[in-house]
Amino acid sequence: MAIITYREAISGALREALQSDPKVFLMGEDIGDYGGSYAVTKGFIKEFGPQRIRDMPIAESVIVGTGIGAAMAGMRPIVELMTINFSLLALDQIVNIASKIHYMSGGQVSVPLVIRTVSGGGNQLAATHSQSLEGWFACLPGLRVAVPATPYDARGLMRTALKDKNPTIFVEHSLLYSLKGEVPDEWYTVPFGKAEVKRPGKDVTIVSYLRMTQVALRAAERLAQEHGIQAEVVDLRTLRPLDVETAVESVKKTNKCVVVEETWRTGGFGAEIVGRIQEAAFDSLDGPVMRVAGKDVPMPYSRKLELTAIPNEDDIIRAVKVPA
Amino acid sequence: MSKAQMQDFYRRMLLIRRFEEACSEWYMRGKIGGFLHLYIGEEACAVGSVSCLGPADYIVSHYREHGHALARGLDPSRLMAELFGRATGTSKGKGGSMHLFDASKGFLGGYAIVGAMLPIACGLGVASREKGEKQVALAFFGDGAVNEGEFHESINLASLWKLPVVFFCENNGFGMGTAIQKTFSGPAIYKLANSYGIPGEQVDGMDVLAVNKATHEAVECARSGGGPSFIEAITYRFRGHSMADPVEYRKKEEETRWRQRDPILHFPKKLKDEGLATADDLQQIEQDVDRVMEEAVRFANESPEPAPEELYTDILAE
Repeated sequence: MAIITYREAISGALREALQSDPKVFLMGEDIGDYGGSYAVTKGFIKEFGPQRIRDMPIAESVIVGTGIGAAMAGMRPIVELMTINFSLLALDQIVNIASKIHYMSGGQVSVPLVIRTVSGGGNQLAATHSQSLEGWFACLPGLRVAVPATPYDARGLMRTALKDKNPTIFVEHSLLYSLKGEVPDEWYTVPFGKAEVKRPGKDVTIVSYLRMTQVALRAAERLAQEHGIQAEVVDLRTLRPLDVETAVESVKKTNKCVVVEETWRTGGFGAEIVGRIQEAAFDSLDGPVMRVAGKDVPMPYSRKLELTAIPNEDDIIRAVKVPA
Repeated sequence: MSKAQMQDFYRRMLLIRRFEEACSEWYMRGKIGGFLHLYIGEEACAVGSVSCLGPADYIVSHYREHGHALARGLDPSRLMAELFGRATGTSKGKGGSMHLFDASKGFLGGYAIVGAMLPIACGLGVASREKGEKQVALAFFGDGAVNEGEFHESINLASLWKLPVVFFCENNGFGMGTAIQKTFSGPAIYKLANSYGIPGEQVDGMDVLAVNKATHEAVECARSGGGPSFIEAITYRFRGHSMADPVEYRKKEEETRWRQRDPILHFPKKLKDEGLATADDLQQIEQDVDRVMEEAVRFANESPEPAPEELYTDILAE
């Protein structure tokens, strides 16, 4: 079992896809000569050549649309949107086209496209470069939305995305790229729609995804050490399909629940998760399902302000300790 | 061009005309819902261009795409059933007028968002190149689309990567109800393409043969690795933008002038004058088309509505 970074996990999954399937090719801004703005595709252009590692103009709509067209015609494109903030320029292609073609064509046409992108804040990049918008895509029937929190899940989910016939928004987090974790040498996949209990506990359930899973795990350690509270951390791993059952099962055991997400509290996907949990586990709850989310502000540049805007361990601990 | 081909052009244009007249009628009778954008007047664009494609080539189109679909040989009965929202429709009643598909014929969709098909055409071109095949993608769009960012993004990429895409702009002079003079600052649309290094020309969109010649050259250029071309067909929409449009924004004289160039009147006359069809040939074509249309409407009317459980099928590919 190798210990590798989240970046290496994704990079490795892309490399093996390029090696094993001639239909796979990559398109995006700065992915070739530059190596990807987060270095995920560093060296790929030397290894696979400019036909399969295609640098594109800074024109997000045509990046995604070209991926859609190529996928419709039987290729296996992987396109990169440098950050999820730039996905807004490609929103029509994602929302109106990629997610709808299969349905609108009565099942005739599928779009086996992976759209890789980077979500979240924490790098002092201010309001336009720090958003967590994956929940918007998770609202759309016809899309898959993967939100890996560990190197293991990143590799396993990418493999699943590359076998799926549907468009997948594969969301990475810039602050996870250097995170290390165990990744088996032997082949495995992580299925879509299967949440995982990342840490068992009996006192409270914390549901989260992407980077917030790591924050929740650290908060759970502190809850155990400092407060004697055993928190169970449920990592969703994909937002669509969404596995609420694993969270519900956990809530039925702990009777308390906190949902943690990085995006704004208002209209955040966390509200959806809370709604589903209370529908399925109302009788098991000792109190309201609490939400920990980003502050309802455009992300500030100032380090101190930024740190206040993004949920942290203390926020989670405070939410857990709210009396039922 | 053989006599048979010339007669086939007329047959296809007439089928489009009659199909859309039937659409208008059945829309008024409440069997067709939603938006209905008729192509009446523009038939020469569809027939002249689509006839240049081989069976493996691709088409993507816009929301006024009935004509392109029929020119490509999609089954008129299943198309009409789609407009009626029936289970037998080309998209099982889930797409409707603006979203016609037939993957088996490379007809990869009508797109109801202006300009949205242009990046997709680039992708089809990339796939054709990646697979080492010689398929060409023909992309239809209207004059309204050239002001969209996606237009510029797409022709830039197609030119840059020498993609086998034929950009076919149907310039009917109006984006919905707004005249192009109010929305487009350039001297001519095709010159935009030229400025991106794409060969392009303006053709008479009421002349099926002129359209055919220009598209033929463009398709051959794309197929032989010469990259994209751009055709701006100057045409006219005899009806409103949609059935809801009373067309109060244009002058009667203008419409009358264009109607004199109606390909459905003009072209058969030419065939007769040049000895390419007899009066009997033309009558036979009209009868054939009427029969096809009668069957299409009967089929649509008698087809079942989709079963309720169809709501949840085809969301995701298995």
